Formats: sequence, C-alpha cells, structure tokens
Amino acid sequence: MSVVTPLKTAAEQALSAQFAAAKAELPGALPVRKLREDAFAGFEVRGLPHRRLETWRYTDLRGLLREASPLAESATISAAVRARVAALPAGGVRLVLVDGVFVPELSTLEGLPGGLSIHSLADALVSGRDDLACVLSGPGVASTDAGLMLNTALMRDGVFIEIAAGTELAQPLTILSLASGEEERAIFHRSVVLAGAGAKATIVEIGESVGNAASQINGAIVFETGDESDVQHVRMITRHRPETVQVQSLLATVGGQAKFESFALVCNAGTLRQQHFVRYAGEHTEIGLRGVNLLGGSEHSDVTLVMDHEVPHGTSREMFKSIIGGEGTGVFQGKVIVRQHAQKTDGNMKSNALLLNDGATMFNKPELEIFADDVVCGHGATVAQIDGEQLFYLMARGLPRPQAEALVLQAFAGEAVEFVQDEALRDMVMAEIEAWLGAREASSVVSAV
Amino acid sequence: MLEIRNLVVKIADEDKQILNGLNLTVNDGEVAAIMGPNGSGKSTLSYVIAGKEDYEVLDGEILLNGENVLEMEADARAAAGIFLAFQYPLEIPGVATMTFLKAAMNAQRRARGEAELLTPDFIKAVNGAADKLGIAKDMLRRPLNVGFSGGEKKRMEILQMALLAPSMCILDETDSGLDIDALRIVAEGVNALRDKSRGFLVITHYQRLLDHIIPDTVHVMSKGRIVKTGGKELALELEKSGYAGYGEAA
Repeated sequence: MSVVTPLKTAAEQALSAQFAAAKAELPGALPVRKLREDAFAGFEVRGLPHRRLETWRYTDLRGLLREASPLAESATISAAVRARVAALPAGGVRLVLVDGVFVPELSTLEGLPGGLSIHSLADALVSGRDDLACVLSGPGVASTDAGLMLNTALMRDGVFIEIAAGTELAQPLTILSLASGEEERAIFHRSVVLAGAGAKATIVEIGESVGNAASQINGAIVFETGDESDVQHVRMITRHRPETVQVQSLLATVGGQAKFESFALVCNAGTLRQQHFVRYAGEHTEIGLRGVNLLGGSEHSDVTLVMDHEVPHGTSREMFKSIIGGEGTGVFQGKVIVRQHAQKTDGNMKSNALLLNDGATMFNKPELEIFADDVVCGHGATVAQIDGEQLFYLMARGLPRPQAEALVLQAFAGEAVEFVQDEALRDMVMAEIEAWLGAREASSVVSAV
Repeated sequence: MLEIRNLVVKIADEDKQILNGLNLTVNDGEVAAIMGPNGSGKSTLSYVIAGKEDYEVLDGEILLNGENVLEMEADARAAAGIFLAFQYPLEIPGVATMTFLKAAMNAQRRARGEAELLTPDFIKAVNGAADKLGIAKDMLRRPLNVGFSGGEKKRMEILQMALLAPSMCILDETDSGLDIDALRIVAEGVNALRDKSRGFLVITHYQRLLDHIIPDTVHVMSKGRIVKTGGKELALELEKSGYAGYGEAA
C-alpha cells in the first residue's frame, strides 16, 4: 500500500517550522491556543491556496510565495514610521500597528469617548473572555479558507475595539497598520470591532509600508455588529513595495435592522488578495461593499466576496471599479448565497473594469447561489476600455488627452467613492485617486515627448 | 478663415471612402450652411475638421487662418479656435458640468499661453452666458449632459461655444431633436455670437434651422463633395425640389 504525501513547498515547510517554534510564545489563553492549533492543522492539510482551488483560482498564493519571510516579532519604530504617524490628519482616535504589533505610545488611548474601549489584541487573547473563539472565527463561510487559517494560527497582535450599545462615535476611528520595511518580514495581525446594538461608528483602516524591504502581510479584521447598528468601514491599502504580497480578510457578522458599509481603495499595493466573508445575522439589514482598484506595473488585486444571506429581508449592494494599466491583473469573485429561508433578499452586484492598455487583464466571476424563491438578485460585470467618444468630446473642448483620460477615469472611480459618507474621508480617498491618476498623466506626458 | 482643399477621407479601419476631394472656404464673419442628404458625408466632415481619430485623411488639407490643422490633436485644434457643437453631445457621468467647463476653458488658455481664470471670474462668465440661454443653475450642478433632454444638451453646447469663444464654429445637425421653442433659443444663442471675426459652418439636413440662423452662403453636399454653392435662397429651393437633382435619392 502506498501513501500519497502531498509535496510541501519551501514556503509551506518554513511556515510549519515557524509555527512550531512560535506557538509557545504567541499570545493566547488555552482556548486561543487550541484555536491556533486547529487552524494550523487545517492549513497543513490544505497547504497554501493555489489555482486549482476554485476560490483562489486567479491568485496562486502557493506560486507567489516562493519563500516565507521570518515572522515579525516586534514593532520596528523607525523615523519613517514616526513621520507617517505624524502625517495622519489631526482629530479622532488613532490606533497604530507597526509590523502587526500594537504601539500604545503612537496611539490615542487617553480621553477616549464614552462607550469606547480599546485593548491590544494580544491582551484580549490572554484575557480568557469566553466569546473570543466565537468572535475570532467569524462567519461560517470563512471556515475553510487556508489564508485565514494561517492568520488565526500566527496572529500576533492588533486592536480589540468595543463600542458599547447605543454609542455614537462623532469622529472616525483610524487604525493605521504600517509595515516598517526595515527587513523582509511576515506580518500576521488581526483586529476586532465589536459594535453593540444601536452603535454608530466609522472605522478607517489604512495599510501602508514605509522603508525599502517588501513585506508579506496577512491581516484580518473582524466586525460583529449588533441590531440597529450603523458601521462604516473605509479601507485604504496603498504605498507598498511592488514585491509585497498580502492577504486581507474581512469577517463581518451583522445584526438585524442594521447597516454595514465597507469601502476599500487599493493602489500601489503590490500583490493583494482581499477576501470578505459577510453574514446576515438579522433581518432587514443593509450591507454595502464597494471599492476602487488602481493597478499598474505587475500589480495584482483580487477582491473575493462571499455574502451569506441566512435570514429574510436582507439587502446587499456591491460595486467594484478597477482601472488597470501596465501588466496589472484585477480579479473580482463575488458570491451571493441566498439560503432557503432568506426570502425577500435584494441583491445587486457590479464589477466594472477599464483596461488602459493591451497588457492589462481582468477576471470577473460573479456567482449567485439562490435557494429561496422570492428574491431579487442581479449582477453585472463589464470589462472595457476608456470610451473613445467621451475622450474625443473632452479633447474637442481643449482638454489634452492625458487630462481628458484622467477626468473620465476619476469619474469612473468616483461612482463607488460616493458611498463613503464622511466628507473628509471621501476627499481623502479622491485625493489618493487623483494623485495616482496624476502620476499616470505625468508619465504619459513624459513618454509622449 | 477655414479653407479645405481637395479633402479625401476614408474610415480608418475600412476601405470606405467618405469624402472625395472636398473644397470649401468659410471666411471670417461668414455663416456658411452645408445641406445634403443622409450619408453624403456631412457629419464626417465636421468630425475630420475637429480631429476625430476614426478617420484617415488620404489627401488634401484643412487650413485654419493659414495653418494646417491636420497634424494637430483635437485639443490643439480646439485651442486654435475650432469648436464643434455635437449632434449627439456625450454624457459623462461623474464629471460635474462646472468642473468640466472650468477645465476646458483653462486648458485652452494654458495652450495659448494665457493665465488661468480666477474662480469668481469663471463663475460670473458662466452665469452670464447661462442666463442668456435659459440654462438653470440646477443643470450646471449636474454631471455633464447626464439626464439632460435633447434641448438641454444642445443649449449646453451653445453655452460652451459662448464661453470658449472659438473663431470657427461648426454646428452638426444642431436642430435635430429640438422642438420649435428650443430651436429658437439655440438659434438666438448662435446669432448672438455672430461677428465679423468669427466663421460658422452650419450643417443641416433641413432648411428649418436656416429660417432662424440666416446663412450668407449655402453649399450642397453630395457623395463627399460640394456640388453646388449659392445664397440663402438655395436652401428654399432645396426644400421644394429635394436632393434628387444632385445625384442622390431624396
């Protein structure tokens, strides 16, 4: 009898050795240790996700991750890190992670608004609170993902935010997660946002690198929001080295008659997989997931969503806009599951991509799995070039080609940005988009000369 | 002054030749009308003058004040003074009308080496021109041409023409899709811009528009050429006899 042993890649072997060496010192009370062990066992069976898995078909992490960088064990607080923190807009609570480790001295911890409590994830993991394992696991549809399993096994730190029932945060709360980039490191972080019934908050998540070394980042953010809550999540993943490889998981469990909106801007993010796992835990809830992906060079951005409508009267809106130049590759995989009892579900999913040149690629894979019989669900996926007629119209009014293109592209992206409710945040996102388009415009002027 | 000499044009990706040695001159201060049946090449002519890329010029030249514009991109031609009022103005979702107007005016000013407009001056100019054309403030706040009626779109074209102050205005079937009231407003807008330094080329299928914008010259176009030239009475004659006498079905 022969036993088939799957061949492990160098990176997978290194991850096994890292987990064996680190598991004793990674934070966590006994239930968390068990969670880590189980997650890593699940990972070992599956290995790094690869293209033969339907859910990872277009992002071959096994192929991309030739080597596993050493685990980041502490925060390297360089001058560049300090400068970036200092450049954050003033006001509001800011929480800073460096190399996946919460840094209290760079964060706002004093004078927090009432109803808001903040701990490091490491502290929460050792606290022994009994809902922890449940919170960390997130929606059931996330349970078989090997990328998330790795995060669960190796998560070192992050922030654990609790917003008490009925609390309204007047200003956005910002989580700035920086990779110091002093050395090549693997960063595993996770943050948790628990919002009680009727809570209202805006959570901004900024992920960037400073320094010159590329990082491997596996991040996760967990939202568990109560009935009648209203939570906005605005994510900006930008300013990374082109060789950066990252997986960012978003796990959301949203209560009844609640609102949850997430928006993500991706530009200069190297190779990135975002995966959103979202569960409707109560009826009459509205969830919106939107984003803008700006890709150039050999960048790769994968947005994979699973929306799990378990209960009736759920509304979901997804809108992703991709602008792809160079040899960039965009991926959109959106799955909407409507379970048998989830009648009156109203879903609408859109992914629109503009390809700027021949080398650019977009994969669109919308999926509807509907088991209820009284629902309205639609999806639309388009891949196109900049509309030549629109361009000619603008040029015929005197706008030079790069400026005309930038205006059309800005408008295309702007359709998704409109859903960011906070005006200052919306401006911040648009400014980032304009800067990206401006850099493109400038380089096309140079190449035309 | 616009001078077109022996212009031969085909569609870029096809063998189909549209303009077959067209000659035409529009002097400063002149309003010239081009009439002709569908398919005679009228719209192609307007696009080629404005610099659309879908065409290949096989022969001939287009001179604006003595300068050949064929080597210029559309934006440079606009800055040089050519303005095309589109038959079907494009909708650009997400671009606010005011943002677009300011970008266009300043791009042309930059191209001519002039200082950019200050915002108060810009707003004053837009409001003044909009009032004359009966354009509501609400329309200026909307994305460019999005959700505008046919008449609103054409008024927006004339507003742009007034603000950009070109030396050569080309109106491509500006009367199409307009009811009589909208037609009058648009025609009045055009007539207000007539002066001795500005030429107009008014392309139309019907004589109706020329009751409101009285031309100095009428050209008949057929099969990619100008086949007859006359005064404004030629338009009336065509209205009676049709285009049958010009080698095409009416």
